[in-house]
Amino acid sequence: MKAEIIPENSAGIVTTNYYTFAEPPDELLLVSGKKLGPITLAYETYGTLNSDKSNAILILHALSGSAHAAGYHAKKDMYPGWWDNYVGPGKTFDTSHYFIICSNVIGGCSGSTGPSSINPETGKEYGLDFPIVTIQDMVNAQYHLIKFFGIQKLLSVVGGSMGGMQALQWSISYPDMVQSVVAIATAASLSAQGIAFNEVGRQAIMLDPNWNYGDYYNNENPKNGLSLARMIGHITYLSEKLMHEKFGRRLQHSDIFKFHMDLEFEVESYLHHKGNDFVQRFDANSYLYITKAIDYFDLKNDFNGDLANAFVNVNSNYLVISFSSDWLYPTSQSREIVRALRMNSKNVIFTEIQSDKGHDTFLLPHEQLEHNIANFLKREFEKVHRK
Amino acid sequence: MKEYRVAYDLILDEIPYGARVLDLGCGDGQLLKLLQTTKKVKGFGVEISPEGVSQCVEKGLYCYQGDIDEGLNDYKDNSFDYVIVNQTLQSTKKPEVVIRESLRISLNAIFSFPNFAHYSLRLYSSFYGRMPKNKLLPYEWYETPNIHLLTIKDFRDFCNAFGYPIKKEMHFSTIRCHSVKLPAMPNLFAEYGFFILDGGPFTSDTI
Repeated sequence: MKAEIIPENSAGIVTTNYYTFAEPPDELLLVSGKKLGPITLAYETYGTLNSDKSNAILILHALSGSAHAAGYHAKKDMYPGWWDNYVGPGKTFDTSHYFIICSNVIGGCSGSTGPSSINPETGKEYGLDFPIVTIQDMVNAQYHLIKFFGIQKLLSVVGGSMGGMQALQWSISYPDMVQSVVAIATAASLSAQGIAFNEVGRQAIMLDPNWNYGDYYNNENPKNGLSLARMIGHITYLSEKLMHEKFGRRLQHSDIFKFHMDLEFEVESYLHHKGNDFVQRFDANSYLYITKAIDYFDLKNDFNGDLANAFVNVNSNYLVISFSSDWLYPTSQSREIVRALRMNSKNVIFTEIQSDKGHDTFLLPHEQLEHNIANFLKREFEKVHRK
Repeated sequence: MKEYRVAYDLILDEIPYGARVLDLGCGDGQLLKLLQTTKKVKGFGVEISPEGVSQCVEKGLYCYQGDIDEGLNDYKDNSFDYVIVNQTLQSTKKPEVVIRESLRISLNAIFSFPNFAHYSLRLYSSFYGRMPKNKLLPYEWYETPNIHLLTIKDFRDFCNAFGYPIKKEMHFSTIRCHSVKLPAMPNLFAEYGFFILDGGPFTSDTI
């Protein structure tokens, strides 16, 4: 369905904007010790910033997301932004009340500086010359964007999965700029199982002969490898139950086995479809860099091995949400975050939402999730204005 | 108060202005909300049902979804002025742990519970020969969440045995939407036990 008739509760036709900073010699100092600059961040905004700039919410995306969270870029678009279910007038992130900023990450490939950008020193794409970036670096870059808006304090910083990692990091790195945090299906560090899946994805890319050590921008892309990485990733975002309900053991074109090696089961063709879609819009090197950033994220490690130390100085109120069927970022990992916050007597709400849809639940409509977030934001807004 | 809920009036009287309060088994958060509006407390809740947590979020309260038998060890010693365990102690899996942890993390702990020795329950079981079922304990035996029923005397004995100092006892019955204190022979006549224990002396090292 094309968006020729844009729904009333849509953010409408939106455009991606770009903010460039960290021009040499003022490059951004990265956690690794390397420097990066100039940096461009792609972002979109929805709604209107109020006069005292107290209604701004920063939305942060997951591994494969972009700045395009809501609405359509053009009427001919097949799909709206990645969190259109939640962002728009009258929706959870109500754009008639709040000013929503969705920022892309550095290392990405959707308009922000990443391995596919031109390295000003060589005039060629960075490729593997792009420095390793961390979640903390992504947040430090976004800080410049928020400063550019003249916003002193964000009403909320929100994200699921890797977006949740950024949201937690925001409240730790810039405690006085974050009134509240909504951390969905996330963790203070990725599990060994999660790192393992990321590594398999990276190997799929790096073993594609077209990858050529990251230098492929003027040749064929390593699209087979990237597609395979996406297929693997996608399995981890769904639950066993959801896959069973969606596909079962159904065959695509017939009721009987054909005894050949071509695609036969529906679930196979679904994964191929997901992989093929992905290579149209994503850069293989960005996939390597961003999964690496997720793997490196470890708040416990950053604070002498004790997660409670990470939250000693935070000033935010937290809403932490997990999903019962999420095995990539399981509830136990959310509880670990909540435990650390409670040890510091911080204001935190924790709820585990019952869902069969796995890690990706947060991208799908879910009444309870929507209500909890909307009510939390409403109350946090009131708290700011009561002060 | 629009709607009477067991012991709310007594608890509201007891909690001082601006206290830090943890309500274990806070349900929809009504008590915490009342405490917040009338006493400006800094309130937190623990609730097992996601629906209860959602209602707390709606009221602007901070609430943790979980079992009250677990997770109390997250809190540091004496982090609260009051822990409230109102009509939930009898449905916890490990009441002894809940009481001990409450005293560790709080300066005061309020425990109120249906008194299983109330004469109405004694009469019910002796006359009918069945598990008592009335306004105090409205469940059938096979669906009751109450797995650790107790009496006022039981609780007092427990405190003596464990050396937990009782600060105050205000056992009561509910009459026309009020809690009416019954100081005489409470174990027979009070529908509910109401104890305030002193948690001040207890820390991780002393408990």
